[in-house]
Amino acid sequence: MKNHENSRTESARWAWNGAVGTENGCRARSAGLPWRNKTGKKLIWGYELVTATRMKTWIAAVLVLLFGALAPDAGAAHQAPVRIGLTATFPNDQYRALEEWRRYLERRLERPVEFVRRDSYAEAMDLLRLQKIDFAWVCEYPFVFFKGQMKLLAIPLYRGRPYYQSYLIVPAGDRSTRSITQLEGTVFAYADPYSNTGYLSPRFDLQQAGYDPQQFFRKTIFTWSHRKTVEAVASGLAQGGAVSSHVWETLSTVKPELTAATRVVTTSAEFGFPPFVARTGIGAAVFDDLQRVLLTMSEDEDGRRLLRHLNLDGFMRGDPALYDRVDSMIRSFSAQ
Amino acid sequence: MRRWFDLSFRYKVPLWGSALIVIAALAVSAAFMAQAYDDLRRDLVDSSASLGRALARNVFPAMLNDEVWRAFEIIRAPLSATPGDSTVQPEILLALDQRQQVFVATDPVAAPLSIQMSEIGGDYPALARQLATAPETATVEHIGEQHLYVAVPIADDGMRLGTLVVVHSKDVFLPRFWSVAQRGALTGLLVLALLLPINWYWGRRMAGPLVDLARSIDSVSEGVPHTPPPTDYPYRDELGRLFDAYGLMVRTLQDKNRLEKEMIRSERLAAIGRLSAGVAHEINNPLGGMLVALDNFKRRGGHDQRTLKTVAMIERGLSQIRDTVGAMLVEAKVKSRDFGPQDLDDLVTLLAAEARKRKVTIDIDSNLSEEVPLPATLLRQILMNLLLNAIQASDPSAEVHCTVRRTDGAVVVETFNTGRPIPEEVMSHLFEPFATGKENGSGLGLWVTYQIVSQLGGQIVAERLEETTRFRVVLPAGESA
Repeated sequence: MKNHENSRTESARWAWNGAVGTENGCRARSAGLPWRNKTGKKLIWGYELVTATRMKTWIAAVLVLLFGALAPDAGAAHQAPVRIGLTATFPNDQYRALEEWRRYLERRLERPVEFVRRDSYAEAMDLLRLQKIDFAWVCEYPFVFFKGQMKLLAIPLYRGRPYYQSYLIVPAGDRSTRSITQLEGTVFAYADPYSNTGYLSPRFDLQQAGYDPQQFFRKTIFTWSHRKTVEAVASGLAQGGAVSSHVWETLSTVKPELTAATRVVTTSAEFGFPPFVARTGIGAAVFDDLQRVLLTMSEDEDGRRLLRHLNLDGFMRGDPALYDRVDSMIRSFSAQ
Repeated sequence: MRRWFDLSFRYKVPLWGSALIVIAALAVSAAFMAQAYDDLRRDLVDSSASLGRALARNVFPAMLNDEVWRAFEIIRAPLSATPGDSTVQPEILLALDQRQQVFVATDPVAAPLSIQMSEIGGDYPALARQLATAPETATVEHIGEQHLYVAVPIADDGMRLGTLVVVHSKDVFLPRFWSVAQRGALTGLLVLALLLPINWYWGRRMAGPLVDLARSIDSVSEGVPHTPPPTDYPYRDELGRLFDAYGLMVRTLQDKNRLEKEMIRSERLAAIGRLSAGVAHEINNPLGGMLVALDNFKRRGGHDQRTLKTVAMIERGLSQIRDTVGAMLVEAKVKSRDFGPQDLDDLVTLLAAEARKRKVTIDIDSNLSEEVPLPATLLRQILMNLLLNAIQASDPSAEVHCTVRRTDGAVVVETFNTGRPIPEEVMSHLFEPFATGKENGSGLGLWVTYQIVSQLGGQIVAERLEETTRFRVVLPAGESA
C-alpha cells in the first residue's frame, strides 16, 4: 500500500502556512466571525438550471468562503487590542457563543479583544511565535513541542478536571472493529499534525502495538478539526478517526445525529487539556489580567453560561507537568 | 375503407377537418416536447459543466496539496441545499486524479478513496473509456442508463491534476419535463377545444346546403317537386351559383309542366267545343224543320183540342232542345255593337234581383270611359255568367267585387267573391260542360264563358286566394274603330 501521508504533504502544508503567515495582518479579525457566518448562510449550494449571472455570483461566493477574503484589519483602537488565537480545540463553529465570550472578555478586561481563528495549530503557533497574537488556545502537543517558546496561562477544566482523552471512532455501521490495529489498510482521518488526541495519540498506540504508523493505513487525511474528523467518519469518507473526547462529547449534545453516525471504539489514557498559552515577552499586566479573568469566569453568571456553551467548568492555573505523558510520547517518536 | 368515403358530407367534412386538426396538434405538441426535453437536458448539462468548472477551480489547490478533506468539503457543498429547494442537485460528484483513481467522492461508500473509477461499476467503465480518449481540456458529456455524467478537467495554467465528474440522475429533470409537457398538452387541448367546435360548425355549415341540394335533386328525379328549392344560402361562391342554377332549373321545369297541363286542358276543351258544336249543328237543322212543320200544322186549323195540346207539348219540348243546343253553340261571330260603360250599368240592373235575393252587394270598379272594340253581347254574357256565379257562391251579406280595366291592347276583367271555395277536383275540370256541382243551373255557364273567351282570343283563369275566389279574364282589344 502506498502511504499518502508522506513528507511532501506535511512540508507543503508548512510551506503554505508560512506564506500565509506573512499576510496575517490582512486576514480575519475575530470580530469578523459573524460576518463569515452571514456569508455562510447565503451560500445555499446546489444550483438551478439558471443564468450565468447567478452562477458567477455563486462562484464568487464560493471563493469568498474558501479563501476568506475578509475585511482588512481596522487597525488598533486607541488601546491596543488583546489578540487571542483560537483553534480547533473545541467545536469552533459556535460563532454566536464565541462572540459573546469575546464581548465578555472585553468587558472584564476593559480593553478590546480580538479572536484570531486558525484552522491548524501550526498556523496559530506561527502567529504566536511571530507575536502577531498575544495568547492562543492550542493543543498540548505544540505546547510541549515548542516548550519554552510560550508561557502557560490557564488550563480549562472539563468535567471538573484538566484532562481529556482521545476517542477512536469508526462509522456506526462498523460493528466489528474493537481496536485501532484492526483498521489496517483503511482510510483514517487525523485532525491536525499538531494535535495530540487527533494525531499523536493514535499513532503512538500503533507504534506501541508494533506497527509503523506511516505505513499502517492505506491513506490518511487531515481534516484540520476534530469536528470534521467526526464528519469524515460519519460520512464514510474515512473508516476510522481519532478525536478529542471533549469535542465528541460536546457534539453528542449539540449535534447528536452526527455523533450517532459514529461509534467510539476505544478511549485513550487521560491527557492534560489543551491549554491557553501566552507568547513570550507578553506584558505581565495583560498576562495577569487575562489569567485572572479566566480563572474567575465561573464566578459570575455570564461566565458560567459561556462556559456551559463551551462545555467547560472553569479554568485553573495548571502545571506543565500535566503534559509529561505527551512529552514522553513525542520523545518516543523522535527516538526512532 | 370505402364506406368512410361514402359517408355524407355532413359527417365527412367535419370528420376530416377534425382528424387534420388533431394530427396537426399532435405533431406540434410532439415537436414542442422533444424540443423541451432537449432544452432541459442541454440546460442540465450546461449547468453541470458550469458547476463542475467552478468546483474544479477550487478543488485544484486542494488536490495539489493532497487535501482530501478540503476537496470533500468543496465537492460536497452543492449537495447540501436545504430541503424543499427546487433546484436540481447532482447526485454524486467525483474528483479523479490523473490515473482516474477516485481522489474523493461525495459518496465515499459507493466510491471509496483511491479505487479506479472503472471499478465502481455501472456506467463508469464506459465513462472511463470515453474520458481516456477525450482531449485534455474538453468537457466530456456521457449519457448513461440512469444518469447523466459531465466531466470537466481539474486543471490550472495548463497543468491537469485530474477530472471532476458531476453525476445527475436522469430522474431529476423528468418532473421538470413533465410539468413542461403538461403545460404543452394543456395548451394543445385548449387549441383543440377551440378549433374542433369551429371546425364542426363550419363543416356542418358547408355540408348542410349541399345535403339539402342533393335531397332536392333526388326529389326532382322522382318527379317535379312542389316545394321550391332551398334558397337559404346567401353567398356568391360556387355553391351559391349552384343553388341559383338549380333554382332556375326547377322553375323552368315547373313552368314547362304547367304549360303542358294547360295545353292538354285547352286541347280537351277545344275538342269538346268542336264536338258539341258539330252535334248542335246536326241537331239544329232537323229541329228547325220540325218546328216549322209544327207551326204549319197549327196554322192549317181544324184540329181538336186534344191534338193541339199534344202538339203544343211537342213544340215546348223541341224549344227546350233548341235552347239547350243554342247555348252550347256559341256563336262569336255575331254582329254586335261595341261594349260601352253603359253596359255595366245595365248589368247591375239585371243582376239586382238575384243580388237582393242573396242579400249580396255588387261593387263594380271600372276605368272604362268610352267604348272598347269588343262585342257587347259577348262581353255582357261573360260578365253576367261570372257575376251570377260569384253571387251564388258568395256568403250571404257579403260583397262581390268586380274590376274592369282597360289597358294597352287588352281589357282585364276580374271578379272576387268570398265564400265556399271551389273544390280541388272541380278546379281541374272547371271549364268543361256540366262540371259544376251546383244543384240548379245548366252546368254550361263557365263552359260557355270559356268558349267565348277562347273565340275572342283571350284567357280565363280561376284562382283560389286565401279567402277569396278570383276569376280573371284578359281579352285582347285593339284600338277602337
